[in-house]
Amino acid sequence: MALSIVHRATGIALYFGTLLLVWWLVAAASGPAAYAHVQAFSGSIIGRLIAIGYTWALVHHALSGVRHLIWDLGYGFKPSEREWLTWAALIGGIVITILLWVIAYAIGGGR
Amino acid sequence: MSIDESHGGASRKDKSMRTPLGRVRNHGSSHSGTSDFWRQRLTAVAMLLLLIPVIFVVMSVMGRNQAGAAQILGSPLVAIIMLLFIVASVVHMKIGVQVVIEDYVHDEKLKLAAIIGNNFFSIVVALASAYAIFKLSSGV
Repeated sequence: MALSIVHRATGIALYFGTLLLVWWLVAAASGPAAYAHVQAFSGSIIGRLIAIGYTWALVHHALSGVRHLIWDLGYGFKPSEREWLTWAALIGGIVITILLWVIAYAIGGGR
Repeated sequence: MSIDESHGGASRKDKSMRTPLGRVRNHGSSHSGTSDFWRQRLTAVAMLLLLIPVIFVVMSVMGRNQAGAAQILGSPLVAIIMLLFIVASVVHMKIGVQVVIEDYVHDEKLKLAAIIGNNFFSIVVALASAYAIFKLSSGV
């Protein structure tokens, strides 16, 4: 499976997504008016979809990155191992993303 | 093209007194040898260690108003965790995107422009977010 291109694509998405994180932090430092804009955006449907997508990109990139670190150390090159690592990153990324957002809504952060 | 070919052809390879490390240093399309390779992995490990605390911080900030968010983000331990994560992620993303540029952009001038743009973007992201954290920390 050609998941290395997904690693790259999520990396680039995370790269440009940092602009939203900068906006969030600078708004928090600027004051209530600026922060209200961030909250209005992140609470909107499109904002929420971006936030969930960004969470998935981050988790997937991290897990897929661990896969690369394992390979860097010289392990996991057998076909069955490569297959397992790839599926673990793919499924793990989706499962952890869902889990994080369930927790976020459960503790009231999803408001 | 191998590294040896770019420095006088394969015939000189056997006589060369340069060590393998010496030959790699300052080479590659970024002219920085293996330092980016190492830094990319160093920052990756750093972020793996910081990821759970950072997720915890973001979750506790979510859903709060500006005063609540500022209070959390400005507290010393949170601010330090966020600053460490910002430094590691910006170094990591700058190297990562430079590799992508070097892989896909083959026109030298365009590549140079893209690499400069990547550096500028990364520094702006780093300083803007670090400034915000410092400002929240000093409570001004």
